[in-house]
Amino acid sequence: MDLFGSFSLLLAFLCALYAIGGGIAAVRTRRPLLIKSARNAGFAVCVLIWLAMGSLAYLFLSDNFSISYVVAHSNRTLPGYLKISAIWAGQEGSLLFWSFILSIYVFSALFTYRGKHPELMPYVGVVMAGVQLFFLAINTFAASPFAVLGTAGAGGALDVIAPADGRGLNPLLQYPEMVIHPPMLYSGYTGFTIPFAFALAALLGRYPGEKWIHLTRRWTMIAWCFQSIGVLLGAHWAYAVLGWGGYWAWDPVENASLMPWLTGTAFLHSVMMQEKRGMMRVWNVWLVFATFLLTIFGTTLTRTGLVSSVHAFAQSTIGPWFFSFIGLVLVVCFTAYWRNRDYLRSDNQLDSLASRESSFLFNNLILLVACVAVLSGTLFPVLSEWVQGTQISVGAPFFNKVNLPIGLFLLFLTGVGPLLAWRKTSMESLKRNFGWPLLLGMVAGGAGVALGLRNFYVTICLSLCVFVTLTILLEFYRGARVISARSGANIFSSVARLTMRNTRRYGGYIVHFGIVLIFVGISGSAFNQDKQMDMPPGAQMEIGPYRLVHQTFDSVPSVNYTSERATIAVDRDGQQSIMLYPERRFYPSNEESGTMVAIYSTLKEDLYVVYAGRSPETQAPVIHAYLNPLVKWVWLGGLVVVLGTILALVPNRQPVLALRAVAETVPAGPSPARLPMEQPLQQNQQDESRG
Amino acid sequence: MKVRAKFGVGIGIILVTLSALAWMGARESKTYYHTVAELASLDATALRQRIRVGGDIEAGSIQRLPGRVDFILKAEGQTLPVSYVGSDPLPDTFRDGAQCLIEGRAMPGGRFVAEQVQAKCASKYEAAPAQDSTSSPQTGTDANGRS
Repeated sequence: MDLFGSFSLLLAFLCALYAIGGGIAAVRTRRPLLIKSARNAGFAVCVLIWLAMGSLAYLFLSDNFSISYVVAHSNRTLPGYLKISAIWAGQEGSLLFWSFILSIYVFSALFTYRGKHPELMPYVGVVMAGVQLFFLAINTFAASPFAVLGTAGAGGALDVIAPADGRGLNPLLQYPEMVIHPPMLYSGYTGFTIPFAFALAALLGRYPGEKWIHLTRRWTMIAWCFQSIGVLLGAHWAYAVLGWGGYWAWDPVENASLMPWLTGTAFLHSVMMQEKRGMMRVWNVWLVFATFLLTIFGTTLTRTGLVSSVHAFAQSTIGPWFFSFIGLVLVVCFTAYWRNRDYLRSDNQLDSLASRESSFLFNNLILLVACVAVLSGTLFPVLSEWVQGTQISVGAPFFNKVNLPIGLFLLFLTGVGPLLAWRKTSMESLKRNFGWPLLLGMVAGGAGVALGLRNFYVTICLSLCVFVTLTILLEFYRGARVISARSGANIFSSVARLTMRNTRRYGGYIVHFGIVLIFVGISGSAFNQDKQMDMPPGAQMEIGPYRLVHQTFDSVPSVNYTSERATIAVDRDGQQSIMLYPERRFYPSNEESGTMVAIYSTLKEDLYVVYAGRSPETQAPVIHAYLNPLVKWVWLGGLVVVLGTILALVPNRQPVLALRAVAETVPAGPSPARLPMEQPLQQNQQDESRG
Repeated sequence: MKVRAKFGVGIGIILVTLSALAWMGARESKTYYHTVAELASLDATALRQRIRVGGDIEAGSIQRLPGRVDFILKAEGQTLPVSYVGSDPLPDTFRDGAQCLIEGRAMPGGRFVAEQVQAKCASKYEAAPAQDSTSSPQTGTDANGRS
């Protein structure tokens, strides 16, 4: 099976070479047969990668301990689903897994647009195959997951060594979330390859108009959605497993996943400028280039030990591969841009500061500044070594100082941006749209201060959260009122109908609301507290409104590990509410141990209890308890973001004609009633004229 | 033109504010990375800064004492005695032979007082290539570290 796998990879590599060569020839000669053949090679690459992936999965599930990768990451007692997740637990397998997810995207893109856009698709195919070729080359020549354990025997033959059991999976990864987190994050990272390929292809082929943006809009949203899930699951894993009481530490690996998310978010917004107004063409192309480069850079950071981090600090052999690839992509992108820069000229200029364009511009600027700040903070040790000769690193205060105001400004734009008109917004409309939300937001902030809130950023955040939520609610309410006045339906079914008529717009609002919830959750971290105590059975600890009583302490053997576990009864305000079982697991197969945090989570706060080992003097168990307000809101917000994105991906339900009829039958009443209908109409007309 | 100027001012204000914040944040949390060997040769001012050192934990050197954990960090043949005094529990990966990064201050007597300890974690990305290059799984650190 290992031979089958490595041959599949080698064949995939050759097919990718052909897809590139044939694709370039197809672009030059425009011969239909060649175009088709290059595309089929593209399909073949994907299928071969799937076969390789399948054979690696088979090797893991059948406990084949002659394969060094399987030995390093699995053992016999590991449950089946964790054996699957062990596939991406190490360098080689995770690279293959990257190719695997990428090939799903590539296959879908090739399949969706087979026989369509003959001017564009051959270019797209070449770019996609080029990216695949890079990962296949590493997997084939530098880091094969199918390497067999063995020594050189007599006559140069290979004596295969197969240990009786593997060394097991890192306990920190033996957690259900770690099974889904990497696939989600990888789906995000690799997904940005599709818009990148289309952008580069459109530029190289001087493909007319904004078509590539329409084509890639959904792909970008899918990638963005996965990236969001991946980042948040990573944060949740760090919170629930690592046991230090927080979910974000500005570690290089976390930053690596955040940076493409930031530029991806900027891209999702600024494409609207290009779609609606033909502006920012150069900017968009470079944003998508940057996003793709940051995904590659992100995985480089994790794998090469460029910057020391909790997750990786030794050197590895594949660094030069990645740096060469990044350099090559940069050269290709820049050349393509330079030779075709006249094709990217803008149609329009900015008209006013109070306009949708301007809010998008600031949104983009600020997201990009955030990305640059995170990037420079992450690379500070490398940069300072170049400049000063000593490695200097910066910590959380640096990232927080820069990113807190950025975050709040973004939150403000989230409320303001969608309600500003294109080109120029009148004073009257500003008052109408923002008067009440702004007033109530300020009242909420004032109330917070009156009730004893003294943290500047948290107060601002509170005001903005109220402001943004109200602007969003107002948008739904105004639109729904029009529909309900016309059809007589109640307001709730009108909201549903309104949403389904323009899913992109209203799904977008729901995503914005999810972001508000995440900000609420983050602001809670200003009030975290924690306490550590030696707690022999019978001891008590008070933290916030909770009283923890240590009842029993026991040692429990299990199949894969043995654990030490404390049983803690928790009272809240004198009433018994729940039992918590913080434990520490010890895995004999690799002599590693893992902490299992016990969390009692409510909307108001999380009680987070860690069993931190035994006290060296008394041998009593040490309990570290954290009280983290509002953390649950972060995860809830993430859920809302995902649901909103999925909603935005659903096609609009109402046909264009019906919409127009609606707009015409709306009584010429007060202008706010007309507002929500204007934009869908414009958009649909534009789509019509293009399609 | 007027609109452009307005944008320029807006963008300028944002960039200046954020750069100032970044500068303040960097000054507050700057940590200098030194190797164990370099520590001995640093002058007094350099020693007062917050310092980060990387190395391996010498096998058998971990002593859990009241209020602190002592261990010896080894890198390039040099050793450094360390006392960890931080309040966070040490990570699960902190054990004999593990690679670790410590952050804190160097004391005049040559002892390093660490407030933060990170030990190599989760993704075994680094371990894997090294194991492949040795042809047998019975060599290298694994044989010493594990059974």
